[in-house]
Amino acid sequence: MSVQNEVEFSPELMAYISEWKEKQGNLIMILHKVQEEFGYIPREAADKVSELLDVPLAKIWGVVTFYHFFKLTKPGEHNIQVCLGTACYLKGGDAIIEALHKHLGLDVGAVTDDGKFSLEAVRCIGCCGLAPVMTVSGEVFGKVTKDQVPGIIDKFN
Amino acid sequence: MVHVKINGIPVEVEEGSTVLYAAKKANVTIPTLCYHPDLKPWASCGLCVVKQEGSAKIVRACATPVGEGQSFITNDEELFKVRKTILELMLSTHPSTCLTCGRNGMCELQRLAAEFGIREQPYEVRVKKLSRDTSTCSIVLDPTKCIKCGRCVQVCQDMQGVFALEFIGRGDNTVMAPAAMLKLDDSPCIKCGQCAAHCPVGAIFERDETESFRKAVADPDKHVVVQIAPAVRVALGESFNLPAGTITTGKIYAALRRLGADKVFDTNFSADLTIMEEGTELVERLSKKDSVLPQITSCCPAWTDYMEKYYPDMIPNFSTAKSPMMMQGAMTKTYYAETAGIDPAKIYSVAIMPCTAKKFEISRDDNMQASGFNDVDLVLTTRELARLIKSAGVDFVDLPGEPADSPIGEYAGAGTIFGNTGGVMEAALRTAYHSITGKDLKNVEIDAVRGMDGIRKGIVDVDGRKVRVAVAHGMANVKSLMEEIRAARDAGAEPPYEFIEVMACRGGCISGGGQPYASTDDVRSKRIAGLYEDDRESEFRCSYQNPSIQKIYAEYLGAPLSEKAHHLLHTSYQERKVYKH
Repeated sequence: MSVQNEVEFSPELMAYISEWKEKQGNLIMILHKVQEEFGYIPREAADKVSELLDVPLAKIWGVVTFYHFFKLTKPGEHNIQVCLGTACYLKGGDAIIEALHKHLGLDVGAVTDDGKFSLEAVRCIGCCGLAPVMTVSGEVFGKVTKDQVPGIIDKFN
Repeated sequence: MVHVKINGIPVEVEEGSTVLYAAKKANVTIPTLCYHPDLKPWASCGLCVVKQEGSAKIVRACATPVGEGQSFITNDEELFKVRKTILELMLSTHPSTCLTCGRNGMCELQRLAAEFGIREQPYEVRVKKLSRDTSTCSIVLDPTKCIKCGRCVQVCQDMQGVFALEFIGRGDNTVMAPAAMLKLDDSPCIKCGQCAAHCPVGAIFERDETESFRKAVADPDKHVVVQIAPAVRVALGESFNLPAGTITTGKIYAALRRLGADKVFDTNFSADLTIMEEGTELVERLSKKDSVLPQITSCCPAWTDYMEKYYPDMIPNFSTAKSPMMMQGAMTKTYYAETAGIDPAKIYSVAIMPCTAKKFEISRDDNMQASGFNDVDLVLTTRELARLIKSAGVDFVDLPGEPADSPIGEYAGAGTIFGNTGGVMEAALRTAYHSITGKDLKNVEIDAVRGMDGIRKGIVDVDGRKVRVAVAHGMANVKSLMEEIRAARDAGAEPPYEFIEVMACRGGCISGGGQPYASTDDVRSKRIAGLYEDDRESEFRCSYQNPSIQKIYAEYLGAPLSEKAHHLLHTSYQERKVYKH
């Protein structure tokens, strides 16, 4: 199978792929690493993984679209995660999403036009005591009220 | 062997047999939907649930092996209710547009809904409106009607090794589609149509072009010339409740005339022509030093497409001979037009084929206009022809047979077996034997290349010259053969084979993607038996003996591989991207 569009993989990623190439469960492990490098799974990268592992692109797409973890679109410069796990949901996680929509015009799974922010809904990030929780670029904000949302976002703007 | 009871009926089956198989042996039919005998059990629909006595569990008959002494109940009130609920849930997400569906009257879901007497819709109807994929000229994908049984994905990946279709997404949002949600035309799809042949509902079907045919025959300026492929004659009858394998050649000729065809020819004639060209090519390759071997057959358009995408390095191995359909098209608009004194611009050339990929083949490249026009204007599948005949009110079953028209209608037995796996090889060897030895082959039936094994290898003795041959059918089976050839080539070793026949569909064209539904190995073997019978009953068994073939070379083409033959009857191949984008 020929690669349609060229894409550069870092030496670390290439080393990881050689290490995992023959092992069972290689595809998911390698896709994890690809997402770590690019922030998502670009089509070109999927083509390259297909070539390197001799796995049809269709199979890769099946895996990538089956697991929520994998993303097919490039996340914003700052990725926002809003927890909708049981505790956060009950404490008003959806109000945070609503506030983000109001403030940034952002829907779940979307990226702002300027590429600055993206929004995803997640299930539990392991600090239920702080519910409701959101993270921006990995920084955790607890007991968030909808009025605090614009202030939090402005810190990153 | 293990002994089990199905609804109290004792049966003996081989170890590892499924409950479904054991039930069949006890003359018990368990309803199924996702299960297909060609495929591994997928167990997605749940319709085949049964109870094992002494166990509280309900298991799926398609995927559950029986054990010694076990006893199964396949039908009681509870199982009936479970099955009915499954069907009702499926119907709640399935459009009830049966009357305008391509599978109307032939849909497995529709049949089950009728058999289970479903008269009401107890669940909220939630039909997703998804857009159709009409990107290929061969098949149409309508995901709105998909019941997610998974047959098409299994066929595309396991039987055909194409990997155009995959389960994309998850749960309720799953769709069967190419990677990156590309259109089929951008995907590795080879248009073989096996997904359409295996789809139980109307989610994948052939592109219907019957209207183009009706328009052409209604146009007084058009001279409509039709050819029928070998495999059509032993399958079309099934659409009229005749047993699989019934030879209906004469009826088809007659029916086509009643539909308005001006001339009815036979692709089998050009199958003989293909053999003259391809057989001569083979003899040349075998006799010349350093020629590229093995020679690989190229009459299957799905295989040609697959090779151009997945094995472009094998292009030099491919026979340059066009497929019989394309040769027939070229001869129709040149030789026939000239001898009959008809302007080829007015000829409308139609091919009735068992195959959806043939719809793609007619415009695959510029070589398909060797006559200066489209050599073939329209391809209709066997299923489309059945609809044309029925809607025109032709009483097919009682129709007296008629002969084909001359001069490109007569065929030898070798031409007719083109429609089944091993047939092209056998036909070519009959003629190659004559070319090499100058003698007629005494026993023309070459058992070494017959049968249904996915890959068959053998050595054929051509008057002392041992020719190493291999036959593959079912596209996925080709991989190991190609790898074997590549390995030998790269190592500079002698090629493991000298002649290879490949057909994309299991059993060959007789179970092509455009044939009447419900192709199983049982049906396949009956259709193949029909073609071998047609061969046995032919006056001439070898292509070079066909008087019309002798005539066309004497009057028009000169000799096989002549300049004229090359121009009209041969083609070239090109590497194609697996994904266009």
